[in-house]
Amino acid sequence: MRTRTPILVSAGLVTAIALTGCGQAGQGDTTTADGRTPLTMWTHSAGNPAELEVYEQIISDFNASQDDYEVVHESFPQGAYNDAIVAAAASGDLPCLLDLDGPIMPNWAWAGYLQPLGISTDITDSLLPTAVGVWDDEIYSAGYWDAALSIFARKSVLEANGVRIPTVEEPWTEDEFADVLATLKSAGYDTPIDIGAEDKGEWWPYAYSPFLQSFGGDLIDRDTMLSADGALNGPDAVAWGEWFQGLFADGYANNSGTIGNQEFIDDEVALSYTGVWNAVTALDEVGDDLLILPPPDLGNGPKIGGGSWQWAISSSCDDADGARAYLEFSFQDKYLTEFADKQVVIPATEAAAEASKYFGEDGALRPFVEFSQQYAVLRPETPAYAVISTTFETAAKDIMNGADVQQTLDQAVSEIDANIESNDGYGFQ
Amino acid sequence: MTVTPPTVAAEEPRRAYRRFRSTKGRETWAGLGMIAPAGILLVLFLIIPVILAFALSFTNARLISPNPPRFVGMDNFLRAFTADPVFLQSVGNTAVFALVVVPVQAGLGLLLAVLVNRRMRGITAFRVIFFIPVVTSIVVVSILWKFMYQNDGLINSMIDAITFGAWQGADWLNDPNTALGAIIVMSIWQAVGFHMIIWLAGLQTIPEELYEAAKMDGASPWRQFTSVTWPGLRPTMVFVLVTITIAALGLFVQISVMTQGGPVNSTSTIVFHAVRKGYAQQEIGYAAAISLIFFIAVLVIALIQRRLTREKD
Repeated sequence: MRTRTPILVSAGLVTAIALTGCGQAGQGDTTTADGRTPLTMWTHSAGNPAELEVYEQIISDFNASQDDYEVVHESFPQGAYNDAIVAAAASGDLPCLLDLDGPIMPNWAWAGYLQPLGISTDITDSLLPTAVGVWDDEIYSAGYWDAALSIFARKSVLEANGVRIPTVEEPWTEDEFADVLATLKSAGYDTPIDIGAEDKGEWWPYAYSPFLQSFGGDLIDRDTMLSADGALNGPDAVAWGEWFQGLFADGYANNSGTIGNQEFIDDEVALSYTGVWNAVTALDEVGDDLLILPPPDLGNGPKIGGGSWQWAISSSCDDADGARAYLEFSFQDKYLTEFADKQVVIPATEAAAEASKYFGEDGALRPFVEFSQQYAVLRPETPAYAVISTTFETAAKDIMNGADVQQTLDQAVSEIDANIESNDGYGFQ
Repeated sequence: MTVTPPTVAAEEPRRAYRRFRSTKGRETWAGLGMIAPAGILLVLFLIIPVILAFALSFTNARLISPNPPRFVGMDNFLRAFTADPVFLQSVGNTAVFALVVVPVQAGLGLLLAVLVNRRMRGITAFRVIFFIPVVTSIVVVSILWKFMYQNDGLINSMIDAITFGAWQGADWLNDPNTALGAIIVMSIWQAVGFHMIIWLAGLQTIPEELYEAAKMDGASPWRQFTSVTWPGLRPTMVFVLVTITIAALGLFVQISVMTQGGPVNSTSTIVFHAVRKGYAQQEIGYAAAISLIFFIAVLVIALIQRRLTREKD
């Protein structure tokens, strides 16, 4: 009994300390059994086996190709990924290599999480401009692919209803698009178009701010990056808001149903505004009847979002040379092609596209490459984007639900501007 | 691992436990040892964050920023009450939610408890049925109800079938007039089983003899309830009231999953607003200020409730 007390005390303390102990992520300050320097790497690809498979292939090829470094990777689910990065940065545990969603990059670069990428310009020059992330005139990130949006339709349905099939040279105009929706609604489609409004998060600015830009508005004044006034609440933006509200008010679109492209596959909607990542399933289900159409021209030409997941090197990485060696190794066309065909995304180099089953000159998904080259608009490259994104999402949802357009957009502008001001302009003068 | 007070200690050689000084000292050590796991965790993950939040709420700290935080005095609190209409709306929504949920959920829980508090075959099945939603993850429940509330969902189909198409039902979660109500109904359905069990435990502490005596005096069932059951449930009532109030004021998960504060901020709550400001918009200092306001409000309300329901000797 007597001697038990100290044991009990120490057991309690040990338990408590063990419970609260934090594991340190490796920073390359140790070596592996065979004397290599480990390079830590985080991806957001948990739950995406196709993507992960390619990464594992690249990593094992790279590890086998030289004797200095060994890449050790960990995968996180996408939903928790950004939070994990921010938490790791706050506690100084960032891995050497990390992937990130294009628009968030300036925010992290400004916060000092990232160092300039510094890989060979031969590589970055060969990539699609939307697959390279630039902040403060420095390249901080680069990606193997870009994504693109389009309107899926069935040829038979459009022809049966006498709808003109739009082309890159001659997309639907705003009026024509309205007629198309009205025609298809009267043809018996309860909601003729699925624009994915049941989704939430980054999808909203990614999918719907291009419509705003096609009207002539924008998320922020890109010349100064200091204010959204005029861009997000001017006459063009209000016209976009009225149009967007109308889609729901007139019963052309709704925000129920399932996320993804199932409604189109089941022929419950005639048109589906969705991403390249759903295209292969649609091809399998709809076959030759599938049309991949450009989005409508709402006044300033069709626009789609640009910029997808990219790779960056953290500022706390001790072995940036190793990280660069890995990235330079990974940007081989064969890997880019593999990503493109397994994940169904647009390869970032022309050569990889040529070799791709879907995106080559005669590939079934070739239109996406053209849309990406001609219509893609990057989301504003500013650290304020985190706020712009959520504010725009809230405003667009309120507009969808019938709020006063001008008032809602004015409120969004004042929120964005207040945030930029309280961050001393995020370094913009 | 309890340390019994060593009653036989007197017979043992004195020298052996000089280093433990006294029995009392030893027990203190043992007690501290047992508190340590919980205590250290509580300090680390509760006490320190609360102090940090208090300190942060007077600065313009950012979640992510190369610039160091500045002390801004009461700016964050002024901003909440003067320049943030969404915050004020969130306070209103939270108040409405609590004012409806507290009495309705407590009353419904009591009604269910009285119903299932009898000895008959199959009563356990009913208790289980009412309790199932409580043990189901609130996230799962929210997703299911989100489907049910859709325009062409189960609820509208039911209304359509029952009224033979005379009434269509609303687009519950997308109409600012019905969204909060829809979430209230769903929240009560989910949590009422828990309070039913609490009430049930209270009911079973009331001695059977009291009911027998009441019956002898010819009391009707209603009279039995008002004169025997209700007074006997007083301590339970206080507990139920305070726990529902605190839970209702902290409404977050349902909002985050089902509406994200929409449509047109009609379902934004204080906690949801704080999370949105702090994480999505990276204004940790301002979010800490909102959390502090929330903390004080909950504390005050809970104290008032304790005061109003205290035993009057």
